[in-house]
Amino acid sequence: MTDMTTNSAALAPSSGEKFRERVLPFILFGLVLIVIPFFGPSRTTMTLLNHIGINIVFALSFNMLLGRAGLLTFGHAVYLGLGGYFCVHILNWIDAADGGFWGNLPVFSMPVFGFAMGALAGAVIGWPSCRRAGTAFAMISLGVAELMAAFAYMFDSLFGGEMGISGDRMAGPEFLGLSLGPLEEVYWFIAFWTFLGVVAMYMFTRTPLGKLSEATRDNPERVQFIGYNPTRVRYLVFIFAGAFAGMAGGMSAVQDEIFTPESLSLLPSGAILIAAYVGGIRYFSGPIMGAIVMTYMGSNLSDYTAGWLLYLGIMFICVVMFLPDGIAGIVFGFWRGIRSPDRGHLMGKWAQQLAGVFLLAIGIIVFVEVAFRWSEGYGEVWEPFGIALPHDAILTWIIGIIPFVAGVAVLRHVTRKQEEV
Amino acid sequence: METIVFSLLNGVIYGLLLFMLSSGLTLIFSMMGVLNFAHASFYMLGAYFAYTIMGVSSFWLALFIAPVLVGVIGMGVEKWGLRRVHANGHVAELLFTFGLAYLIDEIVKIIWGRTSVNYQVPDSLNFTLFTLYGADYPAYRIFMFFVAVAMLIFLWYMLKKTRIGLIIQAALTHPHMVGHLGHNVPLVFMGVFGAGCALAGLAGVIGGNYFITDPAMAVQMGPIVFVVVVVGGLGSLEGAFIAAMLIGILQTSAVSINASLADIFGFLGLSPASEVGEITISSMAPMLPFLLLVLILIVKPTGLMGDREV
Repeated sequence: MTDMTTNSAALAPSSGEKFRERVLPFILFGLVLIVIPFFGPSRTTMTLLNHIGINIVFALSFNMLLGRAGLLTFGHAVYLGLGGYFCVHILNWIDAADGGFWGNLPVFSMPVFGFAMGALAGAVIGWPSCRRAGTAFAMISLGVAELMAAFAYMFDSLFGGEMGISGDRMAGPEFLGLSLGPLEEVYWFIAFWTFLGVVAMYMFTRTPLGKLSEATRDNPERVQFIGYNPTRVRYLVFIFAGAFAGMAGGMSAVQDEIFTPESLSLLPSGAILIAAYVGGIRYFSGPIMGAIVMTYMGSNLSDYTAGWLLYLGIMFICVVMFLPDGIAGIVFGFWRGIRSPDRGHLMGKWAQQLAGVFLLAIGIIVFVEVAFRWSEGYGEVWEPFGIALPHDAILTWIIGIIPFVAGVAVLRHVTRKQEEV
Repeated sequence: METIVFSLLNGVIYGLLLFMLSSGLTLIFSMMGVLNFAHASFYMLGAYFAYTIMGVSSFWLALFIAPVLVGVIGMGVEKWGLRRVHANGHVAELLFTFGLAYLIDEIVKIIWGRTSVNYQVPDSLNFTLFTLYGADYPAYRIFMFFVAVAMLIFLWYMLKKTRIGLIIQAALTHPHMVGHLGHNVPLVFMGVFGAGCALAGLAGVIGGNYFITDPAMAVQMGPIVFVVVVVGGLGSLEGAFIAAMLIGILQTSAVSINASLADIFGFLGLSPASEVGEITISSMAPMLPFLLLVLILIVKPTGLMGDREV
């Protein structure tokens, strides 16, 4: 018995490890947020950064459900949308107010109201839906999302119809000397709330409720045996997830100053699902990475290619099929790998895999780009590096098929060898 | 009176179309425990294939070839995609089909363009069958009705009266036992998945020219089919049939009702000028299936005929 207690004490992380794993990353994250503006990013970059911040909070709140509690939802944007709509309304109230509560309210506090609205929406909608888990829960979330979007299009005075409603973030008193007019000031606003949201959601995973939600995901029956009600755990987590999504909505209301009923629909919900999953739902930092990569791709890749949604789909399917741990899985696997004794062997394997993925990607990109040029029918020819690749040239097919087949062969070879070991 | 008759007729036909889609989905669900998110995408593929085949030959050929093509694609998806993901659990499977739906949407846009294609009712079926209350009733709708009923009977006969149906039914509940008896269960799974997709494809062939064939048709139809399957009770064909009929009739009759909420709830003091009072029943029609879904799941979580909690 004493042996066991000493053992478990010895297994616990030392205070140094605790600091390194639970505090240091957040200090670094905060430092990065502070340092970024000193590089003098352009206005476009600034807007992108702000959207990344919003999506980080949104993706993490989504992962409170999917990754932590095992609840797949197709309607998470409902909470972001409702929180955001509420905040745009408040912006207008602040603008119209002459003193009083609204007149003295700084716009800086919007995410707090978004948080409250998200929590309220989560509490109302979660009550019927959290009685079920698994597929039924996913279906209910889908139904609710469709319902809310249809509802929003119907009530013009609340949701502004197709045009949505807009506000003015410069209204109301300044807070901390931020007028929130210029983008740099909005950046500080977003950075502050992103940091707060990330830390709060990390702290949530350390609470008994956070731990219980993971237990409910893995084995609800056993959770019941030790005296907790899984339905209730799900419900509470759902409210928090809705609240943090609402907070992201509040941030978004200040950044974009407009909300449309489309923001409640299945489209943004699906996008955040993809972002969180590609980032890696089994790691806390996964959705953060996913949000960064996806937001960046969403705003930049669409300038280069019409087929970026197709690439997104292919990437998502590949992650689901071959990389269930997502980007975070790669990053942490790499980190562990280079510190493990047989790093030479691992490096070799990674190099082969990388080569395989690279070849495969060339093949896919050639096909997709040529296909898009062909389908638009303007007779435009794709010319990467000055080589013209029309859809009816043999060269195109060679450049497409050979790397594709070679890539598949290399990847299969690596997988086979791994299975033999 | 005539409104009721027309709503019923159209509602039954729409319901049968919904059942064609949801029967495949429900079969796949009871077999693999996963809702195929891309099911409506196979429906869309059916319509587009039929359009292309009709361009080079005839509608009647398309009616047979397009579903088979869709079924073959479905089998490929099961063999090389779903089977591999299966090890990672149901959520991964659901997400795989979700990604697949995305992918099919985009590929359809590449091949057939972003706008709707001109997929028409064939000339041989484009006539007025009878006149009811002074309104012409197109023959194509009755044709849809017969195709759906024929499929229904075929499906019922397949599942209940043949040896293949027996093996499928057994494989649904006791896959290991069926495997031990020497049947190739993965092959059965692949076949059922393909057949389910082919049914969706058939629905696309006869539904694509009734509605519009455009890249958004999967997104429009998909959620409603899910509603049918969940409301009917996951895994229950009878339930799916009842739910499909219910939603079909509900939605088509709602569209034809011109009354507003104020007309109905006026006695409660709801004024027709207010925003809530203004809403007409017909404008609420697209929401009704989802309202029904949420209500059913609150009142009876297993769905109408379902016997299992999922």
